[in-house]
Amino acid sequence: MLSLRRADPGMGYHAARGGSLVPMLLVLLATLFVTALAAPAVVRFARPAAAPILAIVPALATFWLISVAPGVLRGEPIGLVRSWVSGLEIEFALHLDGLALLFALLICGIGTLIVLYAGAYLGTHPQFGRFMAALLGFMASMLGLVLADDAIALFIFWELTSITSYLLIGFDHERADARKAALQALLVTGLGGLALLAGLLLLADAAGTLRLSDMAAARPDLPLDPRAAAIVLLILAGAFTKSAMAPFHFWLPGAMEAPAPVSAYLHSSTMVKAGVYLVARLDPALCDIASWSRLLVAFGAATALIGAFTASRQRYFKRLLAYSTVSSLGIMVLLVGLGAPQAAAVYILAHALFKGALFMIAGVAEKRTGRKDVEALGDLRRAMPWTAAIAPAAALSMAGVPLFLGFAGKELLLKAALSAGWAAPFVVPCVFAAGASGVLVALLVAWRPFHAAPEAGALPVAAREGTPLLLAGPLLLAGLGMLAGLFPFLGARAITDAAALAIAGPRGTGLVRIDVPALAAPGAALALSLASLVAGVLLYRARARWRAIAALGGVIDAASPQRGYTAALDGILRAARFQTRLLQNGRLRIYLFVCLLSTIGLVLLAAARTGTLPGVPADDVAISAPDLVFLIIAAVAAIVATRLRGRLSTIAMLGGVGFAVAMLFLTFGAPDVAMTQFAVETLTVIIFVLIFHHLPRFAVFSGPWVRLRDGLLASAFGVLMGGLVLLVRRDAVFPPISDAFAARAAPEAHGRNVVNVILVDFRALDTLGEILVLAISGIGVYTLLRLFIRKEREA
Amino acid sequence: MNLLLVLPILIPLTAAALGLTAWKRPGLQRSISVAGAMALLVASVMLLAATNRGDVLATQMGGWEAPYGITIVADILSSIMVLLNAIIGLAVVIYSLGALDPQREAFGFHPLVHALLAAVSGAFLTGDLFNLYVWFEVMLMSSFVLLTMGSGRAQLEGAIKYVALNLVSSALFLAAVGLLYGATGTLNMAHLAERIGSADPRATTLIAMLFMVAFGIKAAAFPFFFWLPASYHTPPPVVSALFAGLLTKVGVYALIRTFTLCFTGDMAFTHEVILWIAGFTMLSGVLGAAVQSEFRRILSFHIVSQIGYMLMGLGMAGVALAAAESADESTAVALRGAAALALTGSIFYVMHHIIVKTNLFLVSGIVQRLFGTGDLDRVGGIWRTRPVLSIMFLVPAMSLAGIPILSGFWAKLTLVRAGLLAESWWIVAVALFVSLLTLFSMTKIWGEAFWNAMPPGREDPTATVRSDRGLRIMMTVVMLLGAVTLAIGFAAQPVFDLAGRAAKQLLSPGVYADAVLGGRQSSIPPVDADGGAP
Repeated sequence: MLSLRRADPGMGYHAARGGSLVPMLLVLLATLFVTALAAPAVVRFARPAAAPILAIVPALATFWLISVAPGVLRGEPIGLVRSWVSGLEIEFALHLDGLALLFALLICGIGTLIVLYAGAYLGTHPQFGRFMAALLGFMASMLGLVLADDAIALFIFWELTSITSYLLIGFDHERADARKAALQALLVTGLGGLALLAGLLLLADAAGTLRLSDMAAARPDLPLDPRAAAIVLLILAGAFTKSAMAPFHFWLPGAMEAPAPVSAYLHSSTMVKAGVYLVARLDPALCDIASWSRLLVAFGAATALIGAFTASRQRYFKRLLAYSTVSSLGIMVLLVGLGAPQAAAVYILAHALFKGALFMIAGVAEKRTGRKDVEALGDLRRAMPWTAAIAPAAALSMAGVPLFLGFAGKELLLKAALSAGWAAPFVVPCVFAAGASGVLVALLVAWRPFHAAPEAGALPVAAREGTPLLLAGPLLLAGLGMLAGLFPFLGARAITDAAALAIAGPRGTGLVRIDVPALAAPGAALALSLASLVAGVLLYRARARWRAIAALGGVIDAASPQRGYTAALDGILRAARFQTRLLQNGRLRIYLFVCLLSTIGLVLLAAARTGTLPGVPADDVAISAPDLVFLIIAAVAAIVATRLRGRLSTIAMLGGVGFAVAMLFLTFGAPDVAMTQFAVETLTVIIFVLIFHHLPRFAVFSGPWVRLRDGLLASAFGVLMGGLVLLVRRDAVFPPISDAFAARAAPEAHGRNVVNVILVDFRALDTLGEILVLAISGIGVYTLLRLFIRKEREA
Repeated sequence: MNLLLVLPILIPLTAAALGLTAWKRPGLQRSISVAGAMALLVASVMLLAATNRGDVLATQMGGWEAPYGITIVADILSSIMVLLNAIIGLAVVIYSLGALDPQREAFGFHPLVHALLAAVSGAFLTGDLFNLYVWFEVMLMSSFVLLTMGSGRAQLEGAIKYVALNLVSSALFLAAVGLLYGATGTLNMAHLAERIGSADPRATTLIAMLFMVAFGIKAAAFPFFFWLPASYHTPPPVVSALFAGLLTKVGVYALIRTFTLCFTGDMAFTHEVILWIAGFTMLSGVLGAAVQSEFRRILSFHIVSQIGYMLMGLGMAGVALAAAESADESTAVALRGAAALALTGSIFYVMHHIIVKTNLFLVSGIVQRLFGTGDLDRVGGIWRTRPVLSIMFLVPAMSLAGIPILSGFWAKLTLVRAGLLAESWWIVAVALFVSLLTLFSMTKIWGEAFWNAMPPGREDPTATVRSDRGLRIMMTVVMLLGAVTLAIGFAAQPVFDLAGRAAKQLLSPGVYADAVLGGRQSSIPPVDADGGAP
């Protein structure tokens, strides 16, 4: 049915390729979804231990992923294809390669820690069961997103992450701010999602396949396709909204309304990286389109800068982390655009580890002190020694201090930026600013509350140490960041290398891998890295002054995209209100006017199109004198009826119209039809007289101009219908079936009155229907007269 | 005569008649009603099973062969529609057992519902244009009585607008039938198609516009939809649910039927007009919904909006087919494929929509039962107190917004895909934008009625409402319809396949015409009379 070229079946996955593991991907996904559905029940029946029980599933998933990792890292991806909606050529295709493995490990691994953390953080909440359902549902959707190898399957999981995150951001749902933030995130990512859908479908049509892993090789001449620009713009609209690229970044700080486990999971390590993932996944297919890389670089660098600047002005835990995440997301997109897959992979891994840890730390600090402002806290190391010890371990990686994974990420980033060619003068300052701001944020979040003295005059804070389950997550993540920095050969390098190869796609063979030891060799990159470290520390020392200077940047807020969003939403609602009041105005007369006017308009449009004007036929139509008389009577009666004020006289006039028409039937040789018409008209007038006797005279609601307008419309409509009748008469070329009725009534239906035979035999079903109409009308009249339910009590 | 074809009309007709004879015995009426609805469901499943493989079944009423008698004919589309009619009928009848007040029941609710079901079945199955008009009248009358039942002030006000605009539709329909008969001398749709195809289509294009308006009013398309938002929120929710599922879709069906069978002479024009109407209908409806703050008013405007999606497929199909005629061979093949896909999307959308929309109105009925109102400002806290009901709202609501993996997603996806293949860019953009606004207004209901706490100063009335038997019945029906939505979502392929076959059948009307006119001598038997009264 479709014009897609089918991918060669040989390109798919052979059973041998994944071996017995093949269905495991499906089992993995299905188990996670089922766990999500079962979560409320688990929480209800095993509440104190619910989170650890539920955490078993993602933990097992992580172990399974680790167990298959060696094969995947050797370049043997695991695949799975099941037929699905074959009419749309959609398959349920999953594909676990290096890139998917990196993300899947983050999703399941960090997910396990988050489930435990959430149990300690929210475990006593009455809606904890639903929370876990949404969280695990999100986890499953996110895993599906990175495993999907079919563009539509990817989109489906993409949308599911939006919906589950809507439920998670709005978890504290009786607060208006939470609902508003949830809606904002949903609408912004939803808008991008719809663009993405269109973009993916266009790409699939252009490439001839929906299979993501086939797209890069499918269409070498894709840049020449006329749809190329549209594809790039639409897909980037999807990726950029999801990954909070400027100017769509505003929803992310808003989403900090979510509880800390959600921020730590969705808004640092997983969902916001979905856009980065998508860009990385499609880079091999789209990087030859010039606009693709340019847009990635431009938006990535700009977002890194804007995020860095805005972060440097904040003083609340989550806002600091949120804006620095925006900055980091910009850097990831930038790295893909610069064609630096290795740097991108390392940066993604490092960022997920330290940002996940810091968000969890921030959650602990907020929960245990009741404060959100980092400047209002100090010396917490006494009350919270463990937290105070773990926090710097994550922060050092974020700051890019040697020996930590973050250092390697920054080193590769700076190398890529320095060799960016034409873009370098623009990119390098952005990257440098992002680095300095990252140092500042790390100090503010992990040093200021714990190890610095409280501000003079700050209120004393009653702080308590976090429970072991609250601290296990950050400890593990921070430790991993340190471990991966010190001993990259233990696995981190293999994983990031495999991811980089997957991002590079077919170009991957020519990829030069850079080894970054824990302490890099001297060079421009190292100098810049250390300089940004120093700049960050200086900023921290002078932050009061910096905030005063940066406040001047507040003028940007006037044009901030947040306002744009509000204005757009308001504008749509205003337009909606206007059009609805205009159209659905409650006045029946206007409704009728619009309907009839549209009818005239449409018929005239058709007339113009076909060049056929309804009107006078070529051969003259003879109107006999009696006909003319009856027509004039009907017309005059109709006109008079509209001018009268009394109901009875109006009814009488309408009766006159009816009788004149009946007389016309008579002259056309249909006496029985005429008789029927007479009877109907008489009865109608009698009934109307009986009823209207009790009613007041007509009220006048319309002015003369309105009546003139309505009169013109009515006349125009009459003329139109008359013209159509004449037109049809001229064009009639076929013998009517009524000829056969006349011929067959007597011999076959044994009735000589043709009309009767039609009613009771040829078209008896119509008559049955009309009898039904009468019967129902009877019930209706009875009901209207007898049943009055004044107050609606029952639904 | 093939009994299977008339059963979907005969069964509800009989149930209505029997119900009337049991006027004073509500218990018996209920039993008759439920039994009738179940029998209708069985019959329509059998009908679909019989046509499913692509055979078009036809039977000539009274033994008068087409085009002289009235033909009852079922292809896949008709069978699908009849089945949906039966599903909605059964759901509404059972739901009413828990929801409806005894007064309305005593005044003939059940017979009226069955009269309506008979009329809708008749409209889906008839092969005769005038007979279609008759079924429209039965439908209009029974729905009007159901709408006014109870004579509340708001009800009557809405009903006046409903009946006035629908009478305009009837009058236009009748005039158009008369004009078409004047031009072609026949009423049988297959015969009409044959004659229109072999004659100058110019006059028929003009008359087609009248049909477009007449059916457009029925379907609540732009700019004819006024009657729907004016009336659907006024009767008891169970009546709204019945209307929401069925009435407008009869108009859509009539448009699809006549504009794939009869009026295909100048599709570049007629279907382009339909496409424009579709775009405005989508947009106008959703904008109307965005500013409402009452549960059923929001839902009502959404019906309008979604009619636009259904017409979008029809319009795209026609435009693509017209373009295919002047395109080179490979492009033409692609365009014809896009046309089939577009029509498939329309049919899929209708199937999905009928279930989902009825279900949402039924959910609104439960909310109204619990809170005594559907006003979002006076409802709240449902997510906290009634998570199951909340999920039961969320499933159809998200489906309506086209969220994967629910039924509405596949419908939307099919239409968007077809639009991109047919290069109908702007309508695709409108459709996607509208789906975002749909999501917006669904979250509005969700945010206010489910997430938000009860407004301050109002005590939560649900605290005192116990889960009585009536509520349990209502919940059960809502869950079952929700399960159908989920089933369509998860098993999209068979449903898609069915819609696809229905669409293919529509695009090769020869099969339909052969089944209706089969065995007939193609020329009209000679007659010497110079015309009798029609």
